[in-house]
Amino acid sequence: MKILVCISKTPDTTAKIAFTEGNTKFDENGVQWIINPYDEWYALVRAIELKEKDPNAFIHLVTVGSADAEPIIRKALALGGDEAIRIDSNSNDSFYVAKQIAAIAKEGNYDIIFTGKETIDYNSASIGSMLSALLDMPFVSLANEFNYNGNIATVKREIEGGEETCEVNLPVVISCQKGMAEQRIPNMRGIMAARTKPLKVVSPVEATATTSIKKFDTPPAKSGVKLVDPANMDELVRLLKEEAKVI
Amino acid sequence: MVLVYIDQADQQIKKSSLEAMSYGAAIAKQLGCEVAALVLGTVQDNLADLGKNGAQKVYHLKNESLNALDVKSYSTLIATAAKNANATVVVFAHNINGKAIAPAVAVKLEAGLVTGASSLPNTENGFVVTKTVFSGKAFASIQMETPIKVIAINQNSFGVVAYENTATVEEINIPIPTPSIKITKVDKVVGEIPLTEASLVVSGGRGLKGPEHWGILLDLAKALGAATACSRPVSDSDWRPHHEHVGQTGIQIAPNLYIAIGISGAIQHLAGVNRSKTIVVINKDPEAPFFKAADYGVIGDAFEVVPALTAAVLKSKAAN
Repeated sequence: MKILVCISKTPDTTAKIAFTEGNTKFDENGVQWIINPYDEWYALVRAIELKEKDPNAFIHLVTVGSADAEPIIRKALALGGDEAIRIDSNSNDSFYVAKQIAAIAKEGNYDIIFTGKETIDYNSASIGSMLSALLDMPFVSLANEFNYNGNIATVKREIEGGEETCEVNLPVVISCQKGMAEQRIPNMRGIMAARTKPLKVVSPVEATATTSIKKFDTPPAKSGVKLVDPANMDELVRLLKEEAKVI
Repeated sequence: MVLVYIDQADQQIKKSSLEAMSYGAAIAKQLGCEVAALVLGTVQDNLADLGKNGAQKVYHLKNESLNALDVKSYSTLIATAAKNANATVVVFAHNINGKAIAPAVAVKLEAGLVTGASSLPNTENGFVVTKTVFSGKAFASIQMETPIKVIAINQNSFGVVAYENTATVEEINIPIPTPSIKITKVDKVVGEIPLTEASLVVSGGRGLKGPEHWGILLDLAKALGAATACSRPVSDSDWRPHHEHVGQTGIQIAPNLYIAIGISGAIQHLAGVNRSKTIVVINKDPEAPFFKAADYGVIGDAFEVVPALTAAVLKSKAAN
């Protein structure tokens, strides 16, 4: 079983979000970088769990990013990826990124392609769906359980107001979310092994970006909390009705 | 032509799709072109009524086999319908289905894509759409460079606008591809308001001390007609089901009213709820960081404040 896990480098969940160069660029100053949580906790760890059950499985990692993405790639290798490919580009256009990963996916003939449900920086939730279209594969989004038996995968996914279980033939693209796997941390053996695992750097293939970011804005700050006397809930109801007009 | 994909759950058109319809109609007005809706599958609603949300025309691909999401078939059908209608803008709701389908449609139409859009496009100089980024902590203005654009509009961000049109409904025929997935089991949560569609949400955290204390929260939710949610520690401890977990790693919501009870307001929790229009925080700790992100705050014991609030809500409803 050949599994490809797409990983992305994102700012830590507690990072201060600020912008520079006239609000056109994310301010990376002092930012701690992590593997996008959905990619790590759910996509990668589920791939590792599957590999632990299937000795013939192997896991390739792919990321689109510059050399400063290498620490998070090494961490993913320490968790349990076998080999990694870094496509040397800093693009943040989803279509461009998906094209790059699709090129790697075509070459590697993977049976399962895992992505996180979205990245916590650009929140586009696009790469999995785009890959499925570029590779002409089925796509199951928001998966919280995934197993396979031979050539058939069983996937549980979130739908509006509940969950649905479906069967799909491999190869398939899956976007992963909470429930998919138990979070883990790399152990010392994994960290040592990751140092010598292959990390291949490739040049991007020809592709045109379809969007570009003109500027960033931060939402206006809240005007400050209005405190209501805990003994006067009628007043809170009045405020919600007459001032906020939400009930 | 602006084409709006109208999504359904259990053969009913969802509120988020009506918002997308209104949004698409506003774009069409701005561009001076026609706007149509596209419906796949069978629905119980009267499709001509989509005119009341701005549609001039409704294309309906009526086939029961299309009632469950299959991204591979859906994206092929929607892209074909968009080409047939000469659509230059294709609009989706940024909901569970829209998130899954829109990017594949964009690839098939060689279109630029903005998901999580939060504004109408600015067409003065090109075509620029604002979207939420960094989990609601910022906005990005995205220039779309392609002749065809695909936009998925955030839920509860544009609102449902009333029009006085009646739309003409046209059944269309596009060959339906062989399904790529087979649904074997459906588990619907019955009788609850789905969180992502709810306009009022009552949410509890560790401050409620245990699942046995959820009654006061459920009573408040019932009095308001609100959906219920919880913080991560609560779902991790199995006090409440996982599908109620809102936050960075759970689901992200943007209701009109979010009432947080006994939730301190960690940055990861805020990332899931910061797009709510009005936030009420009930916490006995005046230093709880959530008060900084709140519109209204009550510093007090939830076990006293929440039942009192429920009583006040019921009293106000009875007075009307």
